[in-house]
Amino acid sequence: METAVFIVGAIICLVGAVGVVISRNPVHSALSLVSTLFGVAVLFIAQDAEFLAAVQVIVYAGAIVVLFLFVIMLIGVDQSDRLETDPLAGQRVLAAVTALLVAGGLTTVILVGSITGKPSTTAKASTDAPNVEALGRELFTDYLFAFEITSVLLVIAVVGAVVLARHRDVAMADDDYPVEVD
Amino acid sequence: MLLAVLGPTPYLILGAFLFAIGVGGLLTRRNPLVMFMCVELMLNAVNLSFVALSRELDDLGGQVAVFFVLVVAAAEVVIGLGIIVSIFRRRPGATADDLSLLKG
Repeated sequence: METAVFIVGAIICLVGAVGVVISRNPVHSALSLVSTLFGVAVLFIAQDAEFLAAVQVIVYAGAIVVLFLFVIMLIGVDQSDRLETDPLAGQRVLAAVTALLVAGGLTTVILVGSITGKPSTTAKASTDAPNVEALGRELFTDYLFAFEITSVLLVIAVVGAVVLARHRDVAMADDDYPVEVD
Repeated sequence: MLLAVLGPTPYLILGAFLFAIGVGGLLTRRNPLVMFMCVELMLNAVNLSFVALSRELDDLGGQVAVFFVLVVAAAEVVIGLGIIVSIFRRRPGATADDLSLLKG
């Protein structure tokens, strides 16, 4: 049963990932990214991580991809790459070689190496408690400090977004299409 | 709850391939938005590996790590897209090659 779920999820993920890379139109890339994110959510459920699957769909597919699409629409959809030309000589080949080396190296490590970690003694995943409850308990006890730091990070992100989105010059504030003011 | 018939190996290999596709896309594409999407692909590949090892080692710490990665990814996307929008506002149609102002 899990094998079937894994195969279906893996195919969804890989097709989406390849679609992100080879799509000429950024909108198609974003929609392929949704497919990959859903595939990963399916695989999360297959591994008993139900909370993360829900968060994956809500945060990634719901918020992040919509933000991507929003920006694509904001700056124009005709920014398509010219995929047939190769501005830097040999870049495609080197990128493909690098990707193959990464894939081959990681696969070799996974197949040859062995997992040296020890099973947890304090934070077991396979308890009777539901996944959400166990995860919340873990988050608000052992990882409380990291959780609080995360809130600082989010505040910084909000402030940074406001600073970046602000018009830099009063002279530019009225124009929809500002010229460069130095 | 599904029966745990598969070990972590297939998930880790899938994560490795997703990561490699992300690397290839990041090195190949020139549109800053698509490069950003490739970074998201790589983050998801690592998340998948985290969850696979979390189940293998029966440790919820891996799932907590994925939670934090999600939060950091959300913050990163907000800032990155803000930068991209402000770049495109000044130079419409810019690709990653055009942004060489800081090149040494």
